[in-house]
Amino acid sequence: MVCEHKHLLDVQNLSVSFRMYDSGLEQKELKVISDLSVSIDRGEILAIAGSSGSGKSLLAHAILGILPENATARGNMRYKGEIMTPEYQEKLRGRQIALVPQSVSYLDPLMSIERQVLGAGKNAKERKPALKNIFGRLQLNESDGRLYPYQLSGGMARRVLVSTAVIGDAELIIADEPTPGMQKQQALEALKIFRELADEGKGVLLITHDVDLALEFADKIAVFYAGTTLELASSKDFRGGEASLRHPYSKALWRAMPQNGFEPLDGFQPYAENLPSGCLFAPRCEMCSERCKTEIPEMRELRDGFVRCFHAT
Amino acid sequence: MTAKRIISVFFRYLVRVITLLFAVSVIAFILVSLSPVDPVQQYVLSVGSVSPEQRAELEDYWGVNDPPVERFGNWFRAIIHGDFGTSLLYRRPVIDVIREKFVNTLALMGCTWIFSGLIGFGLGCVMGANKNKLADRILKKICLLLCSVPTFWLGLLLLLIFSVWLGWFPIGFSTPIGVLNSEVTIWQQLHHLVLPALALSLMSFANVALHTRQKLIDVLESDYVLFAKARGESRREIMRRHGFRNIIMPAITLQFASFAELFGGSVLAENVFSYPGLGSAVSAAGLNSDVPLLLGITLFSALFVFTGNMIANLLYGAIDPQIKESYANE
Repeated sequence: MVCEHKHLLDVQNLSVSFRMYDSGLEQKELKVISDLSVSIDRGEILAIAGSSGSGKSLLAHAILGILPENATARGNMRYKGEIMTPEYQEKLRGRQIALVPQSVSYLDPLMSIERQVLGAGKNAKERKPALKNIFGRLQLNESDGRLYPYQLSGGMARRVLVSTAVIGDAELIIADEPTPGMQKQQALEALKIFRELADEGKGVLLITHDVDLALEFADKIAVFYAGTTLELASSKDFRGGEASLRHPYSKALWRAMPQNGFEPLDGFQPYAENLPSGCLFAPRCEMCSERCKTEIPEMRELRDGFVRCFHAT
Repeated sequence: MTAKRIISVFFRYLVRVITLLFAVSVIAFILVSLSPVDPVQQYVLSVGSVSPEQRAELEDYWGVNDPPVERFGNWFRAIIHGDFGTSLLYRRPVIDVIREKFVNTLALMGCTWIFSGLIGFGLGCVMGANKNKLADRILKKICLLLCSVPTFWLGLLLLLIFSVWLGWFPIGFSTPIGVLNSEVTIWQQLHHLVLPALALSLMSFANVALHTRQKLIDVLESDYVLFAKARGESRREIMRRHGFRNIIMPAITLQFASFAELFGGSVLAENVFSYPGLGSAVSAAGLNSDVPLLLGITLFSALFVFTGNMIANLLYGAIDPQIKESYANE
């Protein structure tokens, strides 16, 4: 894929692997993300949907350059067309790219909410009027700012985490499972905020396992499986049902949704330690052929989307 | 904090300290009664030949043969009276002896406490922030080495090097020999304090440093530090905003809870350096069957350790919002 116009964020062939010690001193590489490509444009919400344990959070950490020491990321990442070196990532973090983390453990237990939402640095105080506004939108009271993380309910904590990303002027927001624990109403409100931000021209990467909720607000959905994307479809395709989807896993995902039959897929996602040598989905796929077992399919363009499958039509 | 709460906290601790001291005095008294310590025999040895009649009279006078409860009652009255009985060794009220020795010990422990706390915390931060780098590896080995060395051995080593070979510091005591107490200058006292304080500090700072190191590593690997990094906070900002805040509390607790170890260590250090403090007094009292002094110092050290723990508790409440709230709700 050659990139003709400048994406806000363009990730090409990203692989993330961990150095692990096996029994004794034997070192091995554990590949948790393999050959992943996604791109986000301004004004767009891209949802990355996949079950837990598929390496979604690591994607977020890789983009921000905050992977643990024993992890290495390979591949190409560009922000506004510029290659993301560790130095560039450091400059982008918290300024151009904001993260909405997963749980309350990402808040300092000994610091008041207000101080944490305002953040560090000289212009923290200048953000105070914005804080009031954002808290209002997220149904938080201004006095909640004086609380400490342990005093927050699960839903409140999520909303506080959302507010940390919204308060800055970041152009790209990476939200890592922002909605679980919120009430439906609040989750919708939070996603509406992301939608508004996208409509203002920002890019939003929404990592979620709630395909249903993602469909309502996202423009595109990347189906994530065992550390890579199997399909990139517009959310319109998901609404269109099985026929408009491309990959057998996406179709199975669609069938598994409550309103579409609630039909589970047999088997389980392969663990990073024993990935199949061919297509990652092959062991569970009904269309699986000999070729699928030995060769990894490339991402190819199909009906205005992308799919990683030899047989998809 | 309202005045009412301060008063309630004050009374709570007052009740605690009174019950604690009572329990300690009972247990210590029972232990001494059961031990082979015989003050009369010791006394007899010190004055020379004594006839059996004289000895019996002495026992009668001291009440050695009274029932234990009565003896405890006598001693307890002396405590209430405020003099804790009379030291056999010094022939003075125990409280006066403690007061005099405590000034020396306090100087020694105070220096040690501040020195080991500051150096230990500082080194721990340096080690934690540079985890597994060369500086950390070297410092960690030194700390582990110091942790496993006995105080008295380290004291002897220091004496050998700095007093005997180099001659920089005196070999013992808290004041120069042959100089009147009133003529001793503060510099001379400090000069005598350096080596024992150094020996004690070297023992305890390694502990503080290793604890601080581990705690800082835990904090730096936490989710909230990762998030701070994701928000663009620099290493320095992270240390300032999250690092210190989260490690200072365990460090403070550890530091105040170390009063007990400090006291134990000072017994050894004071003996090695012939430093006239409570530590050497307590071992002298034990060896010479000076029961009132031994019990007096036991009570006093219990009070001392209690104070340390109490301060740690109160400070914890002032710093940790979670505990602050639970205090307020009580």
